[in-house]
Amino acid sequence: MFCFLLFFFLIGLSIDYLFLDAFTARGPSFPIATLIALVFSVTVAYTGYRQGSKLILSSVGAEQLDIQIPEHRELHNVVTEMALASGCPMPKVYVTYDPAPNAFATGRNEESAAICITTGLLTLLGREETQGVVAHEMAHIKNNDTSVMLLISVLLGGVVLLSDWAQRSIFGMRPFRRASSQALLAIPALLLIVISPLISRLLAMAVSRQREYLADATAVEFTRNPLGLAKALEKIRDAGMPFQKATRGTAHLFFTNPLRRRIDNRDGKLANLLSSHPPINRRIMLLYQMGALPGPAARLRVEALDAQGAR
Amino acid sequence: MTWLFWAVLLLIAVWLIWTYNGLVALRHQIDNAWKQIDVQLKRRYDLIPNLVETVKGYMQHEQDTLQKVIDARSRAMASTGVKENSEAQTALTQSLGQIFALMENYPELKANHNVLRLQEELTTTENQIAFARQYYNDLVMRYNMKQEVFPSNVIAGFFRFQRSEFFSVPEAERAVPRVSLKLPLFI
Repeated sequence: MFCFLLFFFLIGLSIDYLFLDAFTARGPSFPIATLIALVFSVTVAYTGYRQGSKLILSSVGAEQLDIQIPEHRELHNVVTEMALASGCPMPKVYVTYDPAPNAFATGRNEESAAICITTGLLTLLGREETQGVVAHEMAHIKNNDTSVMLLISVLLGGVVLLSDWAQRSIFGMRPFRRASSQALLAIPALLLIVISPLISRLLAMAVSRQREYLADATAVEFTRNPLGLAKALEKIRDAGMPFQKATRGTAHLFFTNPLRRRIDNRDGKLANLLSSHPPINRRIMLLYQMGALPGPAARLRVEALDAQGAR
Repeated sequence: MTWLFWAVLLLIAVWLIWTYNGLVALRHQIDNAWKQIDVQLKRRYDLIPNLVETVKGYMQHEQDTLQKVIDARSRAMASTGVKENSEAQTALTQSLGQIFALMENYPELKANHNVLRLQEELTTTENQIAFARQYYNDLVMRYNMKQEVFPSNVIAGFFRFQRSEFFSVPEAERAVPRVSLKLPLFI
C-alpha cells in the first residue's frame, strides 16, 4: 500500500526533475508534477475503490443466483453456512457461466462483499469441496484482502498509466543544461520511470501470494476440515482449464491462478516472483499437513519444499 | 515536561476506552451468536414435519423411526433449561441421522425432487447449527481470554465483566458423524 504511494511520489519527482527542471534556480518553486501525480492517484484509487467490485463483477459476466436451480440453491446454502462460521454478514453471491473451475471474492468491506463462483466449479466439486472454496473466499473477505486487492489493482493501473505517459513524452524532453553532477541523477530517474510498473506488479503479486496462504489457513479455521479444500484444489489442478474472462489485471483476485501459465506449478525463487498465486501443489501439501495427514506427499517433493522453510 | 505527562495520560485514556469498548462489543457479539443458534434450531423444527410428510408414503416399514423423529422434535421444543435442551437437541440430531441413513435404502426417494430439496435444506440447517455453535465458542474463547490476559484483565476486573459459558456438546453427540457430509448429497 505504502510502497505504491511511494512509487507515485517518486515517479512524480522524477518527472519534475527531468521535464520541468525542478529543484534548480530556473525551475518552478514547487514540484508540480508530483502534486498532479498524487492528486491523480488519490482520485483513481478512490473512484476505483467505490466502483471497483462492480466493474470486476461485470467484467467476468457475473449473474445473480437462480434459487430454483438445485446447484445454485446448494451454493447459496453453503455460503450461508460459511457466513455463519466466519461471523460476517451474508455476502452477495454470483455465478458466472464458464466451464473453468474458479472463484473470487471482491468488495470494499464485509458489508458490501460479493463472492462469484464459476458454474464449472459447481459441477466439478462436491458439497464438502465447494464449502472449502467458499470458506477460502469468506476468509479473504474476513481478512480484508478484498479491499486491499481492490486498491492494489487500481493503484497498479495508475502506476502503469503514469509511467507510460512519462515514457512517451521522454523524446520531447528539453535538453540538459545542467552541471554533470546533476545530470547523473537523471539516469536513476529515467530508470525509475521505466521499471516502476514492473516493480509494482511484482509487489502486487507478492502481496497476493502471502494472502492466499493466509486465506487457506483461515478457511480451515472456518470449516475445521482441511481435506475439503485440499481435494477441491486437487480437482481444480487436474481440470487445468484457463478462465477465459480473466486478465492479467484481475488474476490475483481468483481462487487459483486463472491464467494457467506453466510457471505457476513450478516451485522456485524465480517462479515465485513471477506468479500471482502460490504453487498449487504446495497449497495442497500444507492443507494435508494441517489435517495431520501424509496425503499424496511423496509425489510433491516434500523435501525440496521443506528446504525452503516451513512457510 | 508537562506536555509529556498529558500525552501519556491521553494515551492511557484512549487505550482504556478502546479495551473497554472491545469487551462490550464482544459481549454483544456473543449474545448475537447465541441467538443465531436459536434461529437455526427453529428452522430445523419447521423443516422436520415437511420431511416426515414427504417420505412417509415411501418408507412404510420405518414408521417407528419417523415417529421417533416427531417425538424428539416435540421434546426438544418443549424442553427448558440449557442441559435438558442440549440433550433433547442431541436426540433429535441422532434420529434425523437415522432417517437420512435409512433413506439410502429407498432409491425412489432419491429421484424425488421434493425429497432431495428437503434433504439439502436439512443438511444445510444441520451444518449451520454446527457452524453457529463453533462461531459462538470461538467468540467465548476470545472474550474469556481477553478477561484473563494482561493488561486487559485489569479493565475487565475493574468493570466486573463475567466469563461466558462455552457451548459444550454432550458425549453422545460427539460420536455421531456429521450426517450431512457422509451422504452423497451432491445433486
